[in-house]
Amino acid sequence: MAFKGTIEIDRQRCKGCSVCIANCPMECIRLSKAVNSKGYRYAELANDACIGCASCATVCPDSVITVYRVKI
Amino acid sequence: MDSVTDIRKPENIVYRKPALLTDNIMHYCPGCSHGTVHKIIAEVIEEMGIQDRTIGISPVGCSVFAYNYIDIDWQEAAHGRAPALATAAKRLNPDKYVFTYQGDGDLASIGTAEIIHACSRGENIVVVFINNGIYGMTGGQMAPTTLLGMKTSTTPYGRDAKLNGFPLKITEMLAALDGTAFITRQAVHTAAAVRKTKNAIRKGFEYSMKDIGLSFIEVVSTCNSGWKLSPVEANKWMTEHMFEKYPLGDIKDVLK
Repeated sequence: MAFKGTIEIDRQRCKGCSVCIANCPMECIRLSKAVNSKGYRYAELANDACIGCASCATVCPDSVITVYRVKI
Repeated sequence: MDSVTDIRKPENIVYRKPALLTDNIMHYCPGCSHGTVHKIIAEVIEEMGIQDRTIGISPVGCSVFAYNYIDIDWQEAAHGRAPALATAAKRLNPDKYVFTYQGDGDLASIGTAEIIHACSRGENIVVVFINNGIYGMTGGQMAPTTLLGMKTSTTPYGRDAKLNGFPLKITEMLAALDGTAFITRQAVHTAAAVRKTKNAIRKGFEYSMKDIGLSFIEVVSTCNSGWKLSPVEANKWMTEHMFEKYPLGDIKDVLK
């Protein structure tokens, strides 16, 4: 059984700490080039390899990530 | 193959911000462990369904504003005196879940006497102890838990045992007291570690209703601003250096 997932990031709350990037097993998160209203580069989805494991959201200190997952 | 917009539906959500966390943006620095620990405490309270029966005692330190972020009843204690307030709250309301949330400057320094006597009395409370080896709020000064050789703003050449003494392993000290029921040391640097910490906090809350003594959960944390590292590098430094002095795992569990 395989899973496909995706994440949604609250850009305005994200502080760009990159802990999610270090914890993503699929290497599908990166920092944006743009900044949010606080001046932080925020995390964004880099590709569609996400499996919805929620590791990123579990370690996120600011709880900005919502994780979706479906079976395929 | 489902496209991203097809997957983004409410029924497919597997993880989201706990409803118990308020919408206030946390004042913590990017990557601070406080945010993660706040989140898992909110998750535990939400999962146990005890929002209206939980009283938190916030400390002095960076987490002084914890009451702005978790939507439960809070009291704010004087520096280091959270266990004393928690004792009162629990003794007057034995049906409530009472926990304190303290950093190492609060619990292991100015509040040492309070925590030792709360443990010795075997109060039925939960203590969440954030140990990052530094005074984060006031600008990164040396704390009792600072590692030997670790540079802080008051030990710019590194902590020297002759001048500054040795790091205080307060968790092991408290485990020796008869009034404690559950003592553990955890971390929140990886997803697996976060889940273990969450289980430990849940166990602490459950034990606090069993009248068997105090539950003490130390969370070895980072202070990336105080350590002058990026959040990811701080997590790496913690695994390489902090865990050597503060090894993770359960230290005491009277029900095992």
